[in-house]
Amino acid sequence: MGRVTTVIGLLLLGGAAVSRGASAQEVVADLSHHLIAITTEFTGTAVTLFGSIEGEGDIAVIVRGPSEPVTVRQKDRVAGVWINSASLTFEQVPSYYSVAANRPLDNVARPSVLTRHGIGLNYLNFPVRGNIPRIASPDGGSLSEEATIDMFREALIRNFQHDDLYVDDLGVVTFLGPNLFRATIEFPTNVPTGQYTVSVYLIRDGDIVTAQTSPLVVSKIGLGANIFDFSRRNAAAYGLLAIAMAVFFGWLASIVFRSPR
Amino acid sequence: MQIYLPIAEMSVNLLLILMMGGAVGFLSGMFGVGGGFLMTPLLIFIGVPPSVAVGTQANQLVAASVSGVLAHWKRGNVDVKMGVVMMAGSTVGTILGVYIFGLLQRLGQIDLVISLSYVLFLGLIAVLMLTESLRAMRQRRRGGPAARRKLHKHNVLHGLPLKMRFPKSRLYISALLPCGIGFIGGLLVAIMGIGGGFFLVPAMIYLLGMPAMAVAGTSLFQIIFTTAIATFLQATQNHTVDVVLALMLLAGGVIGAQWGTRASGVLRGDQARALLAAMVMVVCISLAWDLVATPEERFSISVAQLVGGR
Repeated sequence: MGRVTTVIGLLLLGGAAVSRGASAQEVVADLSHHLIAITTEFTGTAVTLFGSIEGEGDIAVIVRGPSEPVTVRQKDRVAGVWINSASLTFEQVPSYYSVAANRPLDNVARPSVLTRHGIGLNYLNFPVRGNIPRIASPDGGSLSEEATIDMFREALIRNFQHDDLYVDDLGVVTFLGPNLFRATIEFPTNVPTGQYTVSVYLIRDGDIVTAQTSPLVVSKIGLGANIFDFSRRNAAAYGLLAIAMAVFFGWLASIVFRSPR
Repeated sequence: MQIYLPIAEMSVNLLLILMMGGAVGFLSGMFGVGGGFLMTPLLIFIGVPPSVAVGTQANQLVAASVSGVLAHWKRGNVDVKMGVVMMAGSTVGTILGVYIFGLLQRLGQIDLVISLSYVLFLGLIAVLMLTESLRAMRQRRRGGPAARRKLHKHNVLHGLPLKMRFPKSRLYISALLPCGIGFIGGLLVAIMGIGGGFFLVPAMIYLLGMPAMAVAGTSLFQIIFTTAIATFLQATQNHTVDVVLALMLLAGGVIGAQWGTRASGVLRGDQARALLAAMVMVVCISLAWDLVATPEERFSISVAQLVGGR
């Protein structure tokens, strides 16, 4: 962590020396830690972000987890039973996404700006993979492609929100003075592992002035990590050990609880 | 106390899992069924991903069946020959079942198939068992000297070829019958994450005509091997066996199973069957309701890649 601070310090010096007045370093921020260790006792955690800005402006903090393709399925009633029918697959969907700002985003910038940078759950966009399903609209025709994509995208976000993996908590960025700010990012127990990015956006007069991105790693540590690695690297041995363990404990129990007769 | 599950990638309450394992283990020892048909829906209900619930459940059932079968073994209630013949069928069923599971997962229909097969199988079994045990109870209440039953009914199934002698069960039947029952049992383990006891026990009583005494022990004996194969396949192909979760479940489960085996001596056979049938019916109706009730959320998500990633 000390090294990261040093690097940022050097960047600051470099930026100031090379181009005076460039917007590159108008915001500086760093995380309380850059590694979230998922141990056996892990029940979720919080990471604190500290930063400062030069001059006036609003701050939005976006945390994105590693992305993956996600399939959204819609249920339809067929012969009285609800079954999955239409589906749509999105690419590059972050497995975790949280947004924090010092005031409501709609008051800070225009939707077009927020959409361009993907700031806020309402302004997220994912590329579509494969065919777009034909969905019947209430008036008898079928929905336009845009309406269909919107519907499936909103459903995706709703599902992630339900799992506490997409978080839309405005007001978590607090200004401690005119320039110094702090944000707390909560990670739930089911946080996916991998490489995260924490992006801090400085917004002034409705435009993004500058952005700074820090890495954050979520990783399993200790016994849990060893078990996970073993189960992937030596799946056959893992399976046999799991069976042996079960046989042993089953046998042990019947010895311990042997009836006195 | 919260414990993080490395494969399911979530944390659960240790006490809750122990209690769930104990309660289900008690029932499994009592009725000679695996208890998976209760545990798998329970695990999914507390948020364990369905695939991990099914895979881990297979592992847990190995322990539950080993501990259950030893108690029956001591009383001489295991027909080993019958169990081995059933195993031949169940091995093929398990391998096919794991393949079908993967296929349905890719099609996004695995949840539907799991629910539908639960409703179908549980409903059928519950109705069969309920009517049978009610008839037995009514007969008892009438007081008359209960008509001495034939050892078993003879029907068209007894005309099949490949006849074999099963001295322990005093049966002379086609090997295809236990083999076929084992095959369906294997499919159930792989697709539904259950030992298949709730299917095997009545099938062995009503289709094979085995003496009720030997049924629980023999089905458990056979389930050990079926669930072991399923555990291995789920661990190597789908990476869905969570040993930490399995360890907690079996700690509660084996203790519960011991108590259940002892309690099984207290209940009369028809009472136990009526009780089990009622429980099976409740699970069946609640699952059926979920299928037809308008869901709160019409959309669901899943990672598009099957293996790897998360």
